[in-house]
Amino acid sequence: MDPRRVPRTVIDPKVRQVGFFAPAGPPDPTSSSPPVLGISPSGNSLSPVMIPPPRHLSTELSRNIPIAAPRAADSSIHVGSYNPSEFLSPSATTDFSEDPLSPRLGRRGSSGNFTSSLPSGGFEMAVANQNNGVKLPTDVRDGGANMEVPKEKKPTGEKPLKEKTTKAERRAIQEAQRAAKAAAKGEGNKTSAAAGVNSANMGKPVKPVPQKKDNSLVAASEKKGGDRQPDKDRKKDVPHPRMQFDDENRVEKAKKRSVVKQTEARNRVELFRHLPQYEHGTRLSDLESKFFELDSVHPAVYKVGLRYLAGDISGGNARCIAMLQAFQESIKDYSTPPEKSLIRDLTTKINGYVSYLIECRPLSISMGNAIRFLKTSIAHLPLNLSETEAKTSLISDIDRFISEKIILADKVIVKHAVTKIRDGDVLLTYGSSSAVEMLLLHAHELGKQFRVVIVDSRPKLEGQKLLRRLVGKGISCTYTHINAVSYVMHEVTRVFLGASSVLSNGTVYSRVGTACVAMVAHQFHVPVLICCEAYKFHERVQLDSICSNELGMKSYLWIGLFVPKMAAYLASNFCGCYYILLQAILMRFQEFLVEWKSIFWMVGPVVRIYDP
Amino acid sequence: MPDVHSLVNEFVIKLKKRKIEGSKATAKLTVELLRSFISQQRLPHSNQAAALIDAVKAVGEKLIAANPVELAVGNVVRRVLHIIREEDLSLATAAVGGLSLAAESDDEDDIDRDDHPVLSATAVAAAARNALRPPSLQTLLEDIPHSAAAPHTSSSGGDSEGKSKSADKNSVTRKLKHNVIEAVNELIQEISTCHEQIAEQAVEHIHQNEVILTLGSSRTVMEFLCAAKEKKRSFRVFVEGAPRYQGHALAKELAARGLQTTVITDSSVFAMISRVNMVIVGAHAVMANGGVIAPVGLNMVALAAQRHAVPFVVLAGVHKLCPLYPHNPEVLLNELKSPSELLDFGEFSDCLDFGSGTGSPLLHVVNPVFDYVPPNLVSLFITDTGGHNPSYMYRLIADYYSADDLVVRRKSAS
Repeated sequence: MDPRRVPRTVIDPKVRQVGFFAPAGPPDPTSSSPPVLGISPSGNSLSPVMIPPPRHLSTELSRNIPIAAPRAADSSIHVGSYNPSEFLSPSATTDFSEDPLSPRLGRRGSSGNFTSSLPSGGFEMAVANQNNGVKLPTDVRDGGANMEVPKEKKPTGEKPLKEKTTKAERRAIQEAQRAAKAAAKGEGNKTSAAAGVNSANMGKPVKPVPQKKDNSLVAASEKKGGDRQPDKDRKKDVPHPRMQFDDENRVEKAKKRSVVKQTEARNRVELFRHLPQYEHGTRLSDLESKFFELDSVHPAVYKVGLRYLAGDISGGNARCIAMLQAFQESIKDYSTPPEKSLIRDLTTKINGYVSYLIECRPLSISMGNAIRFLKTSIAHLPLNLSETEAKTSLISDIDRFISEKIILADKVIVKHAVTKIRDGDVLLTYGSSSAVEMLLLHAHELGKQFRVVIVDSRPKLEGQKLLRRLVGKGISCTYTHINAVSYVMHEVTRVFLGASSVLSNGTVYSRVGTACVAMVAHQFHVPVLICCEAYKFHERVQLDSICSNELGMKSYLWIGLFVPKMAAYLASNFCGCYYILLQAILMRFQEFLVEWKSIFWMVGPVVRIYDP
Repeated sequence: MPDVHSLVNEFVIKLKKRKIEGSKATAKLTVELLRSFISQQRLPHSNQAAALIDAVKAVGEKLIAANPVELAVGNVVRRVLHIIREEDLSLATAAVGGLSLAAESDDEDDIDRDDHPVLSATAVAAAARNALRPPSLQTLLEDIPHSAAAPHTSSSGGDSEGKSKSADKNSVTRKLKHNVIEAVNELIQEISTCHEQIAEQAVEHIHQNEVILTLGSSRTVMEFLCAAKEKKRSFRVFVEGAPRYQGHALAKELAARGLQTTVITDSSVFAMISRVNMVIVGAHAVMANGGVIAPVGLNMVALAAQRHAVPFVVLAGVHKLCPLYPHNPEVLLNELKSPSELLDFGEFSDCLDFGSGTGSPLLHVVNPVFDYVPPNLVSLFITDTGGHNPSYMYRLIADYYSADDLVVRRKSAS
């Protein structure tokens, strides 16, 4: 059944091409089409509809790959026929003639509606023939030849790729980043085959498209297909459901494994039962006392964990860089135990470190992505490398990650965002975001005349540090607390916010209160721009801030009552969740400024609680 | 007299120095001051209502100027003025009614002697009310039986007015002052018990297992929540840690009364609002268009509530109703507090320096006290007279204030 099915899907795109192209197209031998024309089996696919939904790709892909491999010839047909024939040699023609013709004749009736899109019926035939000729050679070709297809296409594929940022493409890009250069060779084969199938599927909806565009479209789809991982990997990719702390069994298990002993909060707030609620403050001393017992944790990692716990390091980028550098240290000191392979042993070691860090403070999404990157680069280490070589390669990988994904990304963000600042602007920012700070300082260096409104919020009052730095550079600032945001919003012309993460449904996850600021800005029709590095993107989705969050320390809430001014001195580590309304998002994504005009939800760091 | 003036001056100074906080306390103090002022005021024999109004206006103007942002002062002054007008009118009409009654009895009209006096008395009252208030449901219902009688009395009143006034001038003089003071006493009573009346309605609005968010500290809100608690309704409350930590004080009190309370920061309002059933807040003042002047941060809460379609309920005593329409209220009806609440002077003294003479300082700190919540964000007002829509506020205001007093300024001064 399957082989039958595959040709069908392949055929449709061709029909489309002919329909549009036949009149002008015949001279162009590359356009491959008509034979398929008659064949297209399903009536509905014939009507000019729209660009195929990408989901076909994935499903078809998974189904077809295993089959395609054994029957290289079969699947290759479609690929060849579909693609512009740079590699087509008009010489060999063999079995194919029979195949396309017979179905065409047989199904003439069913494809009747097709003709409407064609300029003339007679023409159809001619084109069909021509294309037949074109097509035949491809049929002959075997799977091996096919492999070239995606590669050759690449240049054409590049452009459409950028234009159309479907989820698949974003995936592809992410994938490419993650896999770095350590892509497995074998995969190339598979994916290229898959690409063919994919592109065939792509064509299903029959919509007249100009030839050139179609070409590029095909190429794009191919590229897409090529970068796509097989289904199994995809599944693995789907984020695990988060640990729910109201699930007693799992909590027990987790406790057994844990390094850090945490006292559970006495008054657990019912609403946050699914989140870990611990007594803060007990962990630090506990950890310190365990310093000599924790031989499984590298001292550098241990130190970073402690600093997370104490709140010395906060902010997505800072935490991520600190973690990666600690891992670098630990890799430097690493030596493979006898009778173990570096790849496996190191991965388990890193896993141990990560779970230790999680106990200190839940990972941010940026850290999660960085860890994922590190693990893939370990997994893709060539087996023949010596230990030292492997270590240096890993260390340089980490360095590259830090410089490219974080530092360079920030520079690019600043470069783009600074063009959004005009003279006389009043910019509002909330909390303290490293990207926004760099942006403001850069704009000031460029000599732009603007004022900054820093909105802050208890209990962390991070804005004060930012305020100090900005005033130190001579930028004129206004400082206020989040309650007064609607008072200051009148004069504001732009809002710049940082983000902890951007989730795949467009939700922005950021410091608690960001949503409020964005909402008020929306009310006053002030554009909101979010500065977020692409490595913080995540495919998880979240509808509100309760479902996943990090709770801060209750005690900080109460300080205000007794000694309001003391609050400023006590920094807490916090991370919460928020919904936000944005008009635009500024981010680094293939150096594109992507503006989203719709509603995004923002989630940020911490909800503070009190329960008497 | 000097006694009263010194009292007034003392109060003015207190207001200027912002020693009195909270609209309710201010309203109560103002009305008590006005009561003693009226009681000591000597009135001329003729046109005493106008004289009294003028005197009260003079004091009111001073008080309002002392703290223009505290709208409760103006409200109370206007209420008192309205009371004087109402009492004057009812006295006049009563006199007229009495006169016409006397005239009729002279004529010995026996036919409807039994019910006519009653009829005319109520009709007079209705007419008086009609003159003061625009038609409302209540007046509509009261009016129906007497609509025929009202014009009769008013037409008959015209010719005999002069006589009645000259007839018992002395009694009227004493009566007016007496009545006014009585009515002012009622007003004081009303202000001090308004939260009880509001709290009575709590049961209708709060149900089992509800989650309620409130902001700042308001006695009315606290009574409201506690009343619901007494009716065996269990619910949870989120309280806001406002910049002056009033929320903490409220939380403490609520917890002491056995209400399950959770304190959240101002910034996490948006996260929690999706789990909240109702937002119940107090107000600083309610404007004529239904907008609310409220503790800072409430606009944000109201917006968040609107986003999540959570009912936003404002509790306000009638003394908070202000007959003015707001214009740019965020700026004009606002106060800025000391920046020391937000920033430590010691830490930022070099940036806050005004005295350096190098032009404007780099750092400004904004610490407003009030927020304006536009009427479209408010779902319901609960006052001592019941629940009302924001669009109904102007009507309530017409009930409580007379249109002549909207600008409290002496005619002679202007």
